[in-house]
Amino acid sequence: MTLPTPSQTVGPFFHIGLPYEGGPHLVEPDAAGAIRVGGRVFDGEGEPVNDAVIEIWQANGAGRYDHPEDTREELPLDEGFRGFGRCETSPDGSYEFVTVKPGQVPAPDGGLQAPHIEVSVLARGVLKRIATRIYFPDEQEANEADPVLALVEDQERRSTLVARKEDGALRFDIHLQGGGETVFFDV
Amino acid sequence: MPPELTKNGLVVPYRRESADPPYLWPDYVATRTRAPKRPLITLPHTLSEVTGPVYGHERVGELDHDLTQQHEGEPLGERIILHGRVLDGDDRPVRNTLMELWQANAAGRYRHEVDVHPAPIDPNFEGAGRCVTDDEGRYRFITVKPGAYPWKNHPNAWRAAHIHLSLFGPAFATRLVTQMYFPGDPLFYQDPIFNSVREGRDRERMISRFDLTETVPEWALAYHFDIVLRGRETTPVEDS
Repeated sequence: MTLPTPSQTVGPFFHIGLPYEGGPHLVEPDAAGAIRVGGRVFDGEGEPVNDAVIEIWQANGAGRYDHPEDTREELPLDEGFRGFGRCETSPDGSYEFVTVKPGQVPAPDGGLQAPHIEVSVLARGVLKRIATRIYFPDEQEANEADPVLALVEDQERRSTLVARKEDGALRFDIHLQGGGETVFFDV
Repeated sequence: MPPELTKNGLVVPYRRESADPPYLWPDYVATRTRAPKRPLITLPHTLSEVTGPVYGHERVGELDHDLTQQHEGEPLGERIILHGRVLDGDDRPVRNTLMELWQANAAGRYRHEVDVHPAPIDPNFEGAGRCVTDDEGRYRFITVKPGAYPWKNHPNAWRAAHIHLSLFGPAFATRLVTQMYFPGDPLFYQDPIFNSVREGRDRERMISRFDLTETVPEWALAYHFDIVLRGRETTPVEDS
């Protein structure tokens, strides 16, 4: 077995290579069921992180991943919906995706996971990908039963993984460090 | 034991062993306010982590791998071929995966508004490329060797010459962004990003090797760099 090549930071100049047109739009803003999910990224001193790139990965509205290992062919795929998005942060540390709410996907215990979006944060000063998940505020019952959320014992910390409704969008701030630090995962 | 893996949510997880640097590496000053300080939660690998963006080829143009042909003229600098394979932890090729690359020009200047140090911009060099690995996991870029450049991490700090590489692999769990360095760089010892990887043998795996066999006489030198993404366990994991 060979260990993976070590991770290194994207540095401050990733804008040359990573952003692409339409990266933050998993669906068109006027598409049926389109939602806006975004927020701001902050460092340990509460300063906005203006040189981060956020990536998301998610199932479609039916809970199907556009990937060969999701073999549940009884669930439809959506033409043109890959489930991947990429958005660099603005000078005020903000990012925003336009996507659809994912359906539920299987959990290892035979049940279902609550709807969620996988998130990677890459930035200057971040030596390896920081991973988190976005859960939905209108899914209280599913969230209560979600096996990954259940791993976060502290209720207040768990709440950092649930977006909140704000101005018709879903707001998910990411605090890399310090008070209110977002729950991050070792993937 | 559930009869069908995916339907019941049991998946074959990826291995967790890594040579990655820590989040907090104080010598690299920017990590001090950006490294998470609370303990991470170990995320079990579910369908969400063993799937990931599978790219179509439509985003990759015919010349995207050739950074010397993106403008009217040729960029200045030492032309190089950068090639190698993308493998998983068991030496199997990672096929059909997107690689994205960005770098400074031969003078060590990035074409980026944040880079204002007094080295020239090259109007014929953007510094970005992409390609998709073939059936053997091979990739090939044509570019120029990037220069070293100063940064403000500590007094008289210089980054060792490097090329940024971004890879997906087959899953959310296999995402990797790294930097590839050049053999014998005299700046290694004082570069805290390079040295954030703690073991010398792991740092070595971020250094390409000069590859005479792949050079093109009278035209370009060549460097070989293999990239290893996370390998996979052999059996599905039971709910623990």
